[in-house]
Amino acid sequence: MSAPFPLDTLYRVETPESIDLALRPASLLPRALAYAIDLAIRGVILGAAYGVLSFFGALGVGLIALLTFLVSWWYMVLFEVLAQGRSPGKRYMKLRVLHDDGTPVGWSASLLRNLLRVIDLLPFGYTLGILSSLLHPAFKRLGDLAAGTLVVHDETPQPAAAPLDVIPLTPPFLLNLADQQAILAFSERRETLTSARREELASLLTEPLGTDSRDASTRLDRIARGLMGSTS
Amino acid sequence: MKQSPFEHRYQAEWVRFDEHLGLLEKRRPLASPEDIKRFAANYRRLCQHLALAQARGYSPGLVDRLRQLTLRGHQQLYRHRGNPGQRLIRFLLTDFPQLVREEWRAVAAASLLFYGSLLVMGVLIYYVPDLVYSLLDPAQVADMESMYAPDAKRIGALPERASSQDWQMFGYYIRHNIGIAFQTFAGGLLYGLGSLFFLLFNGMTIGAVAGYLTQLGSGVTFWPFVIGHGAFELTAITLAGAAGLKLGAALVAPGRQRRSEALRLAARRCVGLVIGVTILLVLAAFTEAYWSSSAALSVWIKYSVGALLWLAVGAYFICLGRDSHASDR
Repeated sequence: MSAPFPLDTLYRVETPESIDLALRPASLLPRALAYAIDLAIRGVILGAAYGVLSFFGALGVGLIALLTFLVSWWYMVLFEVLAQGRSPGKRYMKLRVLHDDGTPVGWSASLLRNLLRVIDLLPFGYTLGILSSLLHPAFKRLGDLAAGTLVVHDETPQPAAAPLDVIPLTPPFLLNLADQQAILAFSERRETLTSARREELASLLTEPLGTDSRDASTRLDRIARGLMGSTS
Repeated sequence: MKQSPFEHRYQAEWVRFDEHLGLLEKRRPLASPEDIKRFAANYRRLCQHLALAQARGYSPGLVDRLRQLTLRGHQQLYRHRGNPGQRLIRFLLTDFPQLVREEWRAVAAASLLFYGSLLVMGVLIYYVPDLVYSLLDPAQVADMESMYAPDAKRIGALPERASSQDWQMFGYYIRHNIGIAFQTFAGGLLYGLGSLFFLLFNGMTIGAVAGYLTQLGSGVTFWPFVIGHGAFELTAITLAGAAGLKLGAALVAPGRQRRSEALRLAARRCVGLVIGVTILLVLAAFTEAYWSSSAALSVWIKYSVGALLWLAVGAYFICLGRDSHASDR
C-alpha cells in the first residue's frame, strides 16, 4: 500500500494492530488561516475584557494582566487538549492536532508546541515557523518537531454510493489489485466527475476493452459491478 | 468474497461502532456496560476488516470509510488519561524534585550562568556605580531609586502604591515573570543561545539593581523586599534556563540519535521542568504581591521568613521523592 501514491503527502502511522492509518498533514495556508481566526477571537476576548474591567480600578488592571497571560499562553493549550485537538480556528478550517503516532494531543505535547511558538515567530511574522513547515515533509513547524505533534486535516469520508443497476460484466483481461481498485474508484466517483471527463478517462481503455470511447465508461461501470458482486 | 456481500454482512457492525465513537467523542458514556467491554474487541475486528478490504482490493471508497473509522477508534482507545488531581500531587511530591535532581548538570550550568553573572555585575556596580547606566537607562534608574527609597511606606512599586493595588501587582507579576520564564525556556530551541542570553541578561540586570541600590543605602528596603519571593523566582528562572539549555544541548550534540529525535526526547523531559517553573512563579507572585510589599513588619521578620523560604525550597529539591515507592512511576 505504500507505493501507489508516490506524490502524495499522506503520513502513515502503523498501529499496534498492524494497520496503516493514513493521516493527511495540513500545509501552511490552512494553518495560517486557522491561526488568523484564533488571533481575531483572542483579540475580541481581550478587547471586551478591557472594556468591562477598566471600570474596576486596580483590581480590574490586575485581572486584565491575568487574563492577558491566560489568553496569550494558554488559549491554544486548553482548546487543543479539551476540544479533541481543535482550537476554534482549527475547527473552522477542519484541522486537528495529533501526536506523531496518531493519538490525540495531550497536555505536555500541547504545552510544548505552544510555548515554543515564540521561536517560530522569530525574527518576525513566523519566519522560522514558515521556513520549517515548508521544508518538512509533514509541514511541521519547530514547535511541532520538538513536541512530536502533527496538524492534520479532519477528513469526513464520502457516504457510500448506491450500487449501480447494470448488468455485471466479466473483465476481458486480467486485473491486478491496483487495476481493480482503479476501476472501482472510477465507478464510485461517477457523481463527482462530469460525463465528458468520464469519457475522456475511459477512452484510455478503448483498445483493451475492444470498444469505442462512448461505450467504454458504461463497460467499466459494468465491470465494477461485477467486481462488487451481489449481496444475495 | 466480493465487496458487496462483505459490506452487506458487516455494515450493521460498522454503523454501531460509528455510533459508539460519536458518543465517546462527545465525552458521553456508552449506553450499556456490555458495549464498553466489547469496545476493544470491536475495534480489533474493524482493523481486521480494514486489512481484508485492502488486501482484496475493494473499492477505495470503502477502504477510506473503514480507515476513517479505524482512525477514530484508535484515537479513543489509545489515549493517556489519568486522574489529574492525583497526577498533580504526585508530580509535586516526587516527580518534580526527582526530575530536577536527574537534570543536575543542566541545572548546575544554568545556576552558574545566572548567579555568576548576578554576582559579578552586583560587585562591579557596588564599587563602580556609574556602570549601571551601561545596562539600564537613566529613567529606569530614577524609578528604581524612588521605589526603594528607605522612607517608603509600601515598597517594591511606585511610592503611592496602596494595599488595593496588591491585586494589580499580582496580575502584573504573573504575566511578566512567567512570560520571561517561558521565553527563557523556548530560547533553547535556538541551539541554546536564547536561553543563554536570557539567563545572562536577567542575571546581570538583577545584579546591577542589587549592587546599585546597596551602594546607595537603599539596601535596607531592597533586601527585605526581595528575599522572600526571590527564593521561588530566582529558582524558577534558573530551572527554566536549565530546561532551555537541555533543548539546546540536544540540538548541538544529539549523540547517536537524529537531531529531531534527540530534540523530541529532551523536550519531553523539559515539560516537567516548565510546569514546575510555572507553579513556582505563581507562588512567587503571591509572595511578592501580598507579603514582600508590606512595610508594616519589621525587617528581621522578613529576613528570617525569607531565609526559611530559601531553606524550604532547597530542602524540597534535595529531600523529596527519595523513598523507595517514588521510583515506580
